[in-house]
Amino acid sequence: MTERFRPGSRVRTSRVDPPHHTRLPRYARGAEGTIVVSQGLHPLPDDRSRGLPSEPLPVYTVRFSARDLFDEGGHAVTVDIWEPHLVPVAEEE
Amino acid sequence: MSGDHHGGDAQLAAQVRHVETLLEERGLLDADELDRALEAFLARASPANGARIVARAWLDGGFRTRLLDDANSALAEVDLSMGGGLQEQRLKVVENTADAHNVIVCTLCSCYPIALLGPSPTWYKSEAYRSRVVREPRSVLSEFGFDLDPGVEITVWDASAESRYMVLPRRPQGTDGLDEPELAALVTRNGLIGVAAV
Repeated sequence: MTERFRPGSRVRTSRVDPPHHTRLPRYARGAEGTIVVSQGLHPLPDDRSRGLPSEPLPVYTVRFSARDLFDEGGHAVTVDIWEPHLVPVAEEE
Repeated sequence: MSGDHHGGDAQLAAQVRHVETLLEERGLLDADELDRALEAFLARASPANGARIVARAWLDGGFRTRLLDDANSALAEVDLSMGGGLQEQRLKVVENTADAHNVIVCTLCSCYPIALLGPSPTWYKSEAYRSRVVREPRSVLSEFGFDLDPGVEITVWDASAESRYMVLPRRPQGTDGLDEPELAALVTRNGLIGVAAV
């Protein structure tokens, strides 16, 4: 499994609200952020919690501005996110 | 579905007990083995560990650099590790400076570096803290009695996946002559979470 993103890459998080457990927090859905660092490969809890097989997948620290998440605030929030929940911004546009 | 785990606690506990029973029936696990492992882990888990790391980083610039760069390796230098559970967890230490402040949360449940900070406080697991600190950290810190200068940039670290986070607080002024144990005694658990100054 090769990592799709590098530090500095612009990404957008998934907007999907699945009917099962997911590790993408609701407040961070559909938001644009920047990859800070890779944390290596880890099985996806969204699959494991349903008893599905999951090969280890890249997890990244992603940095968001509060304004992009909440439409207000001068701070930043970082969230640790599995690669399947991320799409590259350039590719999407 | 929301990431909130509260509704599933009873079901999860029942599943865990079921797995434990199966392991015991097959002779793979001694009935007291898990209890002993948990007790041993918690006996070593203390905010004194985090405080010792911080004091060392304040005194030793090389250690500080290694701690911020690769915390898991730096921990080994002071005979600590993030491997107290079954699997070593990645630790990221984030440094407070005159211009930048860091605060830790897990918005999905209560992920927390127990080995270095001890069992987490009740407020850390509360819905109020988890939902509010990502949205309005300055107000939340203010309610802790911690009023940050308006010019300081805040980063909130949501530790809801595979990494755990710890804050390296700023060294207080007037502590130049203190040694490592004396400095460690100044460091509080709330300082290591980022909701208090040291």
